[in-house]
Amino acid sequence: MQLTFSKQHGINSAIVIIAIWFIWFASGHFDEYTVRILNNIAIFIILAASYNLINGVTGQFSLEPNGFVAIGAYVTALLLVSPDAKMYQYAIVDPYPFVLTLHANFFTALILGGIFSAFLAFCLSLPVFRVRGDYLAIVTLGFGFIIKILAINNPEVTNGSLGLNDIPEFSNLYWTGGIAIIAVIVILNIVNSKFGRAMKAVRDDEDAAIAMGVNTFKAKTLAFCTSAFFEGIGGGLLAALLTSISPDLFDFFFTFQLLIIIVLGGLGSTTGAIIGTVLVVGGSEWMRFLDEPITLFGHTTAAMPGMRMVVFSLALIFIMLFAREGIMGKRELKELFKSRKKGGK
Amino acid sequence: MDITIFMQQMINGFSLGSMYALIAIGYTMVYGVLRLINFAHGDIMMVGGFLGYFGIAILGLPFAAAVLLAVVGSALLGMLSDRVAYRPLRNAPKISLLITAIGVSFFLENAFNVFFGGVPRAFPVPTYLEEIIDFHGLTMPVSALLVPIVTAMLLAIILWVLFKTKYGMAIRALAFDVGTVNLMGIDANRIITMVFGIGSALAAVGGIFWAVNYPSVEPMMGVLVGLKAFAAAVVGGIGSVGGAVLGGLIIGFTEVVVIAFFPELGGYKDAFAFIFLILILLFKPTGILGIDFEKSRF
Repeated sequence: MQLTFSKQHGINSAIVIIAIWFIWFASGHFDEYTVRILNNIAIFIILAASYNLINGVTGQFSLEPNGFVAIGAYVTALLLVSPDAKMYQYAIVDPYPFVLTLHANFFTALILGGIFSAFLAFCLSLPVFRVRGDYLAIVTLGFGFIIKILAINNPEVTNGSLGLNDIPEFSNLYWTGGIAIIAVIVILNIVNSKFGRAMKAVRDDEDAAIAMGVNTFKAKTLAFCTSAFFEGIGGGLLAALLTSISPDLFDFFFTFQLLIIIVLGGLGSTTGAIIGTVLVVGGSEWMRFLDEPITLFGHTTAAMPGMRMVVFSLALIFIMLFAREGIMGKRELKELFKSRKKGGK
Repeated sequence: MDITIFMQQMINGFSLGSMYALIAIGYTMVYGVLRLINFAHGDIMMVGGFLGYFGIAILGLPFAAAVLLAVVGSALLGMLSDRVAYRPLRNAPKISLLITAIGVSFFLENAFNVFFGGVPRAFPVPTYLEEIIDFHGLTMPVSALLVPIVTAMLLAIILWVLFKTKYGMAIRALAFDVGTVNLMGIDANRIITMVFGIGSALAAVGGIFWAVNYPSVEPMMGVLVGLKAFAAAVVGGIGSVGGAVLGGLIIGFTEVVVIAFFPELGGYKDAFAFIFLILILLFKPTGILGIDFEKSRF
């Protein structure tokens, strides 16, 4: 790390100040619908940037973010829902007494969600990183699935498939946007540190990295835990935005959304993850018309819920076939242009 | 627990395991030649089930003809997915191929969801498959008995093709070295297409059986079954057809038997396959009958 205040530092600070100004401006001036979409975008920036850390930067194809997001969301929700609201929610079985006594403020709840999630990632890293490549993908997919099954089958804690409701709506643009800025700064600092170089070495050639004395297991575990930490916090923010969560929210589809975001933005680029989030989350809102009846040349088709997903899956295939690098490739903003910035926050 | 109930559960487990086995063979063969986890394989099975449904319910075909339609249609779809989505990426990093496969899988699920609806449709099971056989107190529908028999026959055919024909030799050679196979004057792409065809045809048979035993079809039916069948292929040893069948039977038996003896674990039924998968990767990553493809770390 340089201590001198370079031009790059100036640009970075300017971007952060613009982003903070934008959050302040948007909170006061935009209508509720736009603010909600911006909230979504901010949360998904946290999730996509952290998913990119393990998937793009470290090259470990994890398919588990839905599990970590679920952990964060459930921990935060359990800490936020008031004991009174809990009393009448548990319809399947009575909750454990300790569940009723849990309570914390929003900040503590988010941090605890992140810590739980990171701790789980730490425990899982030993079995998960025994394998590589596509095996790793299927093992993490399996763990993500098991977390969902656990949430369904422990109604004493999670209220089973009914999920938790009446979560206080604490998430607003200051929280989501502020944490998104912090998350991106932390992740970029990790990527540019000694550990980040080790992670990239693991991605580019694991055997060569081992030969050069890189502790690949440590690099992978660090990336996995950091990404799980922020995914947990993102999950907590999501729970406090949606006000109700259920296990079905966190199935493989959730991971698929994040995957298409980072693939579109360019695997390995945090800037790409941010651009991808804006395009996919914003585009998904814009494409809402696809799910509704369409009138074309005088013919009206029936409503086709799910059409957007068809478009997204085709988009994923096409990106992979024709533009495998995505928008940014592995580059970050400063490597692309020295002074231009778009879609950043 | 008396012996009749025990035997009954054994038969149920055998039947379920055979279905997993049919689907696992496709995973293991594609992995053998391409080192690709074909995420879309479970959805090809779903398409097979749907084609069978369309054949019977809409075209009014007899059951056997509907099965044929499903097998041919799914085989063509499998070959098409290879041609369109996987072949252009033969020289790309493996992860790109995996992402494309996830894309194909989501495309099939969502396209069927949009065009045919997400509500399960009752599968018109022919009455002769629903007849109950009573054998000394053991009762089972004909279909449950048919699954293991058909699986065994198909397994025999596959093994014969793999080990007694020129094409089988080419497939086995591909599993070792694609470059050398091309140098020997064998068109690797044609063989890979063939593997996709065979695997998808077997998946279609599995899909029809699934639709007959749980008499309905719906667009998401292949997701979980596909993942479990993949787990079965890894448990048995990926790359080995016999291993895939063994893994399928192990996972099918576990699901049925554990639920029969410990009903309180019922909610965790879907997790067994993954627990097996994780344990086998921890202690014997090549699987029970496996071939060492992946250099394992540690």
